[in-house]
Amino acid sequence: MSVLQRDPQDQVRVLDEDGTVVGEVPDIDDETLVDMYRNMRLARHFDTRAVSLQRQGRMGTYPPLSGQEGAQIGSAIALEEDDWMVPSYREHGAALLRGLPLKQTLLYWMGHEKGNEMPEGVNLFPPAVPIASQIPHATGAGWSFKLRGEEDKAVLCYFGDGATSEGDFHEGLNFAGVFDTPNVFFCNNNQWAISVPRERQTASETIAQKAAAYGIDGVQVDGMDPLAVYAVTKAALEKARNPGEGEGRPTLIEAVQYRFGAHTTADDPTVYRDDEEVEKWKAKDPIPRLEAFLRETGRLDDEKVEEIEAEIKQRVADAIEAAESDPRPEPSDMFDYAYDERTPEIQAQYEEFEALREKVGDEGFLRE
Amino acid sequence: MSAQNLTIVQAVRDGLYTEMNLDDEVLVMGEDVGKNGGVFRATEGLWDEFGDDRVIDTPLAESGIIGTAVGMAAMGLKPVPEIQFSGFMYPGFDQIVSHMSRFRTRTRGRYTLPMVLRAPYGGGIRAPESHSESKEMFYAHEAGLKVVIPSTPYDTKGLLISAIRDPDPVVFLEPKLIYRAFRGEVPEEDYTVPIGEAAVRREGSDVSVFTYGAMTRPTLEAVENLEEEGIDAEVVDLRSISPLDRETIVESFKKTGRAVVVHEAPKTGGLGGEITAIIQEEALLYQEAPVKRVAGYDVPYPLYALEDYYLPSVARVEDGIREAVNF
Ligand SMILES: Cc1ncc(C[n+]2csc(CCOP(=O)(O)OP(=O)(O)O)c2C)c(N)n1
Repeated sequence: MSVLQRDPQDQVRVLDEDGTVVGEVPDIDDETLVDMYRNMRLARHFDTRAVSLQRQGRMGTYPPLSGQEGAQIGSAIALEEDDWMVPSYREHGAALLRGLPLKQTLLYWMGHEKGNEMPEGVNLFPPAVPIASQIPHATGAGWSFKLRGEEDKAVLCYFGDGATSEGDFHEGLNFAGVFDTPNVFFCNNNQWAISVPRERQTASETIAQKAAAYGIDGVQVDGMDPLAVYAVTKAALEKARNPGEGEGRPTLIEAVQYRFGAHTTADDPTVYRDDEEVEKWKAKDPIPRLEAFLRETGRLDDEKVEEIEAEIKQRVADAIEAAESDPRPEPSDMFDYAYDERTPEIQAQYEEFEALREKVGDEGFLRE
Repeated sequence: MSAQNLTIVQAVRDGLYTEMNLDDEVLVMGEDVGKNGGVFRATEGLWDEFGDDRVIDTPLAESGIIGTAVGMAAMGLKPVPEIQFSGFMYPGFDQIVSHMSRFRTRTRGRYTLPMVLRAPYGGGIRAPESHSESKEMFYAHEAGLKVVIPSTPYDTKGLLISAIRDPDPVVFLEPKLIYRAFRGEVPEEDYTVPIGEAAVRREGSDVSVFTYGAMTRPTLEAVENLEEEGIDAEVVDLRSISPLDRETIVESFKKTGRAVVVHEAPKTGGLGGEITAIIQEEALLYQEAPVKRVAGYDVPYPLYALEDYYLPSVARVEDGIREAVNF
């Protein structure tokens, strides 16, 4: 029986907090398993470095992901090459797996539009900052595959628990249900929308059960258990592409997890939550959990872990170096992307801008 | 009256606190406004003071926040919903333009909406995407709303109290670039600054510079620099863009015969065009030079690496004023 066929209250788990197997281990090859671990470590290290760059004034406001690696990597690794990903603004790890270089993620949070320039063949939407606004896009993308008969493609869309309060969430899922689109809606329920706890977003017992209102499948998974996340996402994506008799394509996954750090680097979580709660959730950290399982089953040893550690440090250091040595964007850039061709008004404004820049230099614009 | 030395964001808080103490019908609602005290701390301490029924952390849903506030206001409460950033007003835009602005008209005055929709707006703080736009004209274009934009701590408190006491709905936009940029004297007591009256920040005879919000500061700085060149500029801070103080605009222009408008909103469809039209309509024969608009460009607000090039800078304002004067 598919992992999706269960009561939405009944959380899917594969590993317990110590990494002991308590559920059905999904069928994944050893290499992919180690890759999962490597990418979770990479995401964590990247995140730690990004927060520190922000603190040093080398980057703007940044939304950290620590604690959510299990959900991000476990789900993204389940995608097939032709699938698409529609992220919110926190899925740096998932986006990396989809093919967005770390350098691009850094550039975006450093305020360069170039961070959003997807490399050729990267099936990824840009990060969506207005909450829940990307959810209908995901439905539309999935719908387009259905309308064009591209039945081998599905769309994985991420959002937070707070997003489930917005109209866009309801409209996106409702359309998916009505038009039976190949969508997987993945809620990263990290318990908090900035300072507002999940209980203040909804009186529903779970977010997964909301699926019933749209006539689609809903499943709750331990979001800090990467193997469980992989299992449900894989099954949901497969169903989206190729539903069985009487099955609908769309699925709502609620991945229950926790954000260890601040909402963004502009936020102070000590104002609204206590250490005890944080510690309780840190005990569920997805990284040591998967590591214990991989070591226990002989897929990982000290030597391999050290090798991975060295490799990820190098990769992140290289990405930071590359992002910081990227040339500053040209101000003319601003005038180039509103339309295919500059309108006469924009062209006139551009010329005025350049003439003044000639006169007063860059100092005439830059504030310290 | 005893006074305190406050920043603009503290003056917002003080205005809310003062009016909530005086009037039990006033309540604050929005995302993170309660325990967290607002992401900019504009509601800090109010939850401790007034409790969960008057300082309400809502679900993350702007249409819900604004729509329920409309219902509350129709029943006589005075809700002051906060939208965390003006860039997130759009999920509630339908409620703003279909209902908040039209309830009085639709009911021929039977229901009025004494509500104030607050939001920080504008650029220059190196914020992420969607956090920096200046879209005040959406609301100024909408009949039935008043649109207020303060530029000093004193005005902030006085205008906010006026807005809360106003029987009609007010959109109160707070320039976040200057939330903490400086302090000013703010009386502890309640007082009001009337909505719809501009303030002449500096008198001058050569050229009138019209501005509001965060752009008031670079404008005053530019004008000061130009003094050395012998240019004597008058600076008018509009304070509310709807209703607009036509009288002060026209009076100032008749005195100087030259005008520059400075705002960070995009040039096309911005307030600069409206002021230019007012001058054409009411003071054409006094005009000595074309009206110069120093504004944001007609392009999407860039990510922050380029925002300094987008926003009117002191040098841009100086250049605009020189152009008007030397025509
Ligand atoms: C429409 C909209 N309203 C408000 C915000 C400001 N804001 C940014 S993130 C956030 C909380 C989001 O919480 P959640 O959906 O649970 O996602 P998380 O950040 O926890 O991943 C808020 C209120 C926004 N970005 N968009």
